Amino acid sequence: MNKQITLAMGNGGEENNELISKIFYKAFKNDILEKSEDAAVIHDGELAFSTDSFTVSPLFFPGGDIGKLAICGTCNDLAMMGAKPKYLTCSVIIEEGFSIRELEKIVRSMKKELESNGAIVVSGDTKVVPRGSVDKIFINTTGIGEIQKKGISSNSISKDDVILVSRDLGRHGATIFAAREGIELSSSLESDCASLTYQVQALIEVGVKITALRDATRGGVSAVLNEWAKQSNICIEVEEDSIPVSEEVYGICEILGFEAVNLANEGTFVLAIKKEDEQKALNILQTFENSSNAVKIADVSDEYIGKVILLSSYGTKRFLDTPTGELLPRIC
Amino acid sequence: MMITATIEGHKMSELQLKDLYDGFRNPEVIKGFAKLIEKEAKKLPHPINIMEVCGGHTHSIMKFGLLQLLPNNINFIHGPGCPVCIMPKERIDHAYILAELEDTILVTLGDMIKVPGSRGSLQDARAKGADVRFIYSPLDTLKIAEENLEKKIIFFAIGFETTTPMTTALIDIVLKRQVKNIFFHINHVTVPEVMVELIDSRDEHVDSYNNRIDAFLGPSHVSVITGSKIYEKFPKEYNRPVVVAGFEPVDVMEAILMIVKQFNEGRCELEIEYKRLVTHDGNLKAQALIENYFEKASLFKWRGLGNVPESGYKLRPQFADIDAERVYADILPCEEIEDHKLCICGDILRGMAKPDECTIFGTACKPQTPLGSCMVSSEGACAAYYKYGNLLK
Repeated sequence: MNKQITLAMGNGGEENNELISKIFYKAFKNDILEKSEDAAVIHDGELAFSTDSFTVSPLFFPGGDIGKLAICGTCNDLAMMGAKPKYLTCSVIIEEGFSIRELEKIVRSMKKELESNGAIVVSGDTKVVPRGSVDKIFINTTGIGEIQKKGISSNSISKDDVILVSRDLGRHGATIFAAREGIELSSSLESDCASLTYQVQALIEVGVKITALRDATRGGVSAVLNEWAKQSNICIEVEEDSIPVSEEVYGICEILGFEAVNLANEGTFVLAIKKEDEQKALNILQTFENSSNAVKIADVSDEYIGKVILLSSYGTKRFLDTPTGELLPRIC
Repeated sequence: MMITATIEGHKMSELQLKDLYDGFRNPEVIKGFAKLIEKEAKKLPHPINIMEVCGGHTHSIMKFGLLQLLPNNINFIHGPGCPVCIMPKERIDHAYILAELEDTILVTLGDMIKVPGSRGSLQDARAKGADVRFIYSPLDTLKIAEENLEKKIIFFAIGFETTTPMTTALIDIVLKRQVKNIFFHINHVTVPEVMVELIDSRDEHVDSYNNRIDAFLGPSHVSVITGSKIYEKFPKEYNRPVVVAGFEPVDVMEAILMIVKQFNEGRCELEIEYKRLVTHDGNLKAQALIENYFEKASLFKWRGLGNVPESGYKLRPQFADIDAERVYADILPCEEIEDHKLCICGDILRGMAKPDECTIFGTACKPQTPLGSCMVSSEGACAAYYKYGNLLK
């Protein structure tokens, strides 16, 4: 590993995993942490517990802002363990000179998102630091949720499962790239930033047999599938043509040399569910606006254990890897 | 999606991006070409090795898994055409040293910042506090310069013939507007000279002139600038057919079929598959800009291949004031740094060895810690073997 922290170590991919395992897991080692789930399951499987810090540039982007992101992010991590978010903490670090109006705007969208999750903020902290010490504002939220369905885990996916995604991929990552300085793209693209609590509750209520859930944030769907393949000792075979990607996201990927499966999402999740419940799950998901184009993308096999394979419609296949490095536009 | 390109304030017409690639990824067409190639390949007088010179083609071939569609008597040798991979440590060290200077911003394109030199990569320099920025277009450098008048902006220019005109366009504006704080470190390289080197050079490991390249796939975007004329000598003087091809899977498959047919029909020619933009003469205005500001350097060192005559550009002497290599000559080292002794990238690029025959492949040399050019980016042969391993043909 490098002697200095590089941006690549925060990419949600390989370098990020290395940093976490060699520094943090090594020091904090315990059984709960080592399950490596979106949220820790504690208190005899009754509660889910998770934390996340948020920094995004620009702070306000089409489809959301850092406030909405901070609530969705933690609530979604809880939802992915089959939990209903209840209590959150909110801690902010603000740069000297930051506009109070913008802060109010951010907090308002946090409030709105909390309401739609049925959760409340019960504790918080505020720090203001000299100009240049942080980039405008960093937000941390930590949340506790009540588990509605026990036993959801990314360590137990098997050949009896199919893999679905809740909607088209890569919207958040592509929106942020397009909104950044230096690339003049006009597009109608919006981030997928949204809470997933109600979709998950609805799936649990009708009794869909859920094996695992994960929201595909940094590192995108390919990071999720690769983690699952390793954690559950399986091979995941993805039909390339079935991966839903919008025109706009596809276009941005073409220009910058990215793949939509590697881009971040903030309101898109991957599901491993029992084969017989595929249609049932899709029917439920498709009743929600945010997941109206939910679709099956992959099957589970044992052909290459621990790997994800992409199958093309003209009969070729390749490995779909965990993204590495910082996401950088290719030169040619 | 709609793209609006803006060039110097003039809004150009809007087009659907989809219009550009639709059809060129059609599964039925790809399968159709695969069948035709299989049929034609049965008649081949001997197995053939095609070198795709350009990393962009390697990327397409890997991404779309095209090798799996080809019969066993057609092989690919992945060429040295990735400007990032071939950048020698010496020149990355230059960038690193310049980036570390006080009140200096080092600007370069995309994935150049991740390639390690002997001191580390530009990403490492940035982590240590250097101001390193990547841009999408060389002209973005102007904005950085305007916003940082008290700083020196050094543009670390890289790329083949495709990106060279963009650099010269920036130079043109810098000189005409008398922008005082932009300097250039030029690392532009050219395709035909390295192709000659691969055919002609003596392989030090086996002490012979061996190579196994039977035909070349030429990159279309290079020829959009240079025209197809740069390849004329290969069929004539070196007896190697060249087909200039686009980067979509249908383009690559069609080009392979064209090459196979040349062998079957006993022809050895320069052909253009990418007729939608490539002409014989190319973009004359771009060529004039290059000619105006650049001259050929007598030698340019390629990572993995060593010094290749006349294969790189440098600024003409009258532009010494903006040439970072001259302005900073006293702090930029010029000692050669040897490639790793066990690295066999040279053999791999000549088609004489496969990546897994290298003793340091996957052990000392990995994508995260590359030693040779073929491991540096996803476009290199070793990186592809490492990543896709048992799924490759």
